[in-house]
Amino acid sequence: MLRGQLRPALMITVVLCVLTGMIYPGIVTGLAQTLFPRQTGGSLVTVNGKVVGSALIGQPFTRAEYFHPRPSAAGSGYDATASAGTNKGPTDRKLADTLIGLRVDSALTEYSIQRGSVPSDLVTASASGLDPHISPANAQLQVLRVSRARRADSAAVRRVVDAHTEGRQFGIFGEPRVNVLLLNIAIDSTFPMPSAATAAAASSTH
Amino acid sequence: MTMNGWVQILIFSLVTLAVAKPLGLYLMRVFDGSSGFLRLLERPIYAICGVDDKEDQHWSRYLGSLLLFSLASLLLTYVVLRLQHLLPLNPQNFPALPDRQAFETAVSFTTNTNWQSYSGESTMSYFSQMTQLAFHNFVSAAVGLCVAVALLRGISRRGEEARGRLGNFWVDLTRGTLYVLLPACLLLSLLFVQQGVIQNFTPYLDITTLEGAKQTLAMGPVASQEIIKQLGTNGGGFFNANSAHPFENPTPWSNFWSMITIFMIPSGLVYLLGRMARNVKHGWSVWAAMFVLFFGGVSATYWAEARGNPIHAARGIDVATTEGNPGGNMEGKEVRFGIANSALFAVVTTDASCGAVNAWHDSFTPLAGLVPMVNMQLGEVIFGGVGAGLYGMLIMVVLTVFIAGLMVGRTPEYLGKKIQAREVQVTMLYILAAAASILVFTAISVVSKNGLAGLNNSGPHGLSEILYAFSSATANNGSAFGGLTAGTYYYNTLLGIAMLFGRFALIVPVLALAGFLAEKRVVPESSGTFPVSGVLFSTLLVGVVLIVGALTFFPALALGPIVEHFLMGTGVLF
Repeated sequence: MLRGQLRPALMITVVLCVLTGMIYPGIVTGLAQTLFPRQTGGSLVTVNGKVVGSALIGQPFTRAEYFHPRPSAAGSGYDATASAGTNKGPTDRKLADTLIGLRVDSALTEYSIQRGSVPSDLVTASASGLDPHISPANAQLQVLRVSRARRADSAAVRRVVDAHTEGRQFGIFGEPRVNVLLLNIAIDSTFPMPSAATAAAASSTH
Repeated sequence: MTMNGWVQILIFSLVTLAVAKPLGLYLMRVFDGSSGFLRLLERPIYAICGVDDKEDQHWSRYLGSLLLFSLASLLLTYVVLRLQHLLPLNPQNFPALPDRQAFETAVSFTTNTNWQSYSGESTMSYFSQMTQLAFHNFVSAAVGLCVAVALLRGISRRGEEARGRLGNFWVDLTRGTLYVLLPACLLLSLLFVQQGVIQNFTPYLDITTLEGAKQTLAMGPVASQEIIKQLGTNGGGFFNANSAHPFENPTPWSNFWSMITIFMIPSGLVYLLGRMARNVKHGWSVWAAMFVLFFGGVSATYWAEARGNPIHAARGIDVATTEGNPGGNMEGKEVRFGIANSALFAVVTTDASCGAVNAWHDSFTPLAGLVPMVNMQLGEVIFGGVGAGLYGMLIMVVLTVFIAGLMVGRTPEYLGKKIQAREVQVTMLYILAAAASILVFTAISVVSKNGLAGLNNSGPHGLSEILYAFSSATANNGSAFGGLTAGTYYYNTLLGIAMLFGRFALIVPVLALAGFLAEKRVVPESSGTFPVSGVLFSTLLVGVVLIVGALTFFPALALGPIVEHFLMGTGVLF
């Protein structure tokens, strides 16, 4: 049953390890970095020549003048070295009462909306904890706060949000969404904050 | 549920159907040796490794080769993970893995499970990911292919000539890797990169965010590993968040291809069954049975998740899905995938033995979490893992033929071969071994302090977490109710044993069955032969799969997700 099989077992382990574990990823890296250099490095976004993040990785925003991302369970929030969800189950008390319950309450006050009309992504943590997107409904709710903080016309802010609302891919795949970082960069360039106002708005955040 | 959601599910189903025949035909040419465009690479491998590629191995020798190879590659990975801190390509200076975790991880990747009790981005060096984990992603899938092809040869060869011989393991392993997995991965990994999956060896990147905070972006050679993770139905994520992580699965399009690549080879293998059995209709009948089970699972999961959680709805969430609001249960889901793609992915990954996740099953509503669990407990026979799905389903086919034979009182035959005591014994051994591993380990864990210590949720959901873990480990799936703290001596050891058991205690009976069938003469079909194609056969097959599963696991499921579903309806919290 095993006679003469030890050498093939050991050698083929080494050969296939080199082939699939070293040569193959080497070839993929070479091809990918030649063809798609931006993507291989993480689709980084620069503002005024400085890298401010990745278009694919959500980052924390807490100031009133920015659109806010979804709640995150990655580390202490949007820790891109500790991707994670809450993993809380459907009958978990902390999830229902503390995490979702308190977020709903603060959303009801902040956006003066009815209980029962909170967009589901606004108060739930994403799977990765790094979700770069929010739903269009979530973004629309935040327009008023952002335009007030920037003393901008809310209709003008809404137009920027609409321009940054992505439809389904090829019209079919996935769901409509808004990339928070890219939207905030566009908002910054369209409605710049005077430096004093930035500080004032920053101190008024909750 | 939305119209668009169903359209996406329909498109996915059609593509899975469309790839079956071309891929099946290609697999046939690979494993009968007629495809030879990589001979220049193949020949030297046999020469270096001392493989006699003309040898036709008896089933016991085929099994011996498989076990020796698995052992050798398992030990290599254990050693590398233990010495990780001394090896190159470790820009974050991660230390060696502790013994319990190195053992479990080596087992996990050797058995095509890819259960992970660690977070990739804070544990594994690029060297470990690439040369060990990705390497196992290739070869454990290739081993699955070998077993499935060996069983098909056992079924189709004439006993007078074959006398229990099933082909050559070393050749099948090499050809499966070279001709099937590598070319597909080279091509499709570029599609992933184009969509935004990263592929580099740079240290983690420190950036200053727009608000001036610090953020560190984890990096790595992800795309090359991501594609084989799906194509080989492995499922071990480069990062903790797996296919929910935007660097692993950045867009709906990459998500679509992730799911297609999970089902691609399993779907093609079912067509191969029909061709090798010289009964194409039989292949399609098995395919249809699988599809019915798949579609039922998707419908149930999508319905439950789109309906959302009444407790959370009472707190104030709008659960109605519209163009602007994802609705449903979005806890543990990504906006770009929404409800439909998260439900579909969960079913695909557990129908197959993949285990990649793009949403956390732990946070699913109870019935939506039940479906992935049941999929694994049924033995992942719904398209299933690469190779493993087909041989698992063929065990069910043999059982179906046997039961049908009992009903009409004739010796059952399967494709011209009599199914007798020995064959039924190994078939039952397969079914009992899987069930015993899941239920016994779960039972031990719920009454032991160490078992309960890992829970992240209490009440019936706690039982579900443990039941899910052992279902996943035994079925070599690798997905988790991720809340369970599995990185302990207790779980590393027990889950490692469950994975070994779920892989090899099932492969032994399968190869034995293949060998027994390869010793049998073919008897001509008669009027009393039970037809193995058509609606009647597919219905019976679906019935057998569901009844065997239900009888075995219903009591445990009733105490976990089913009771939780009713408690959720009445607003009970734990």
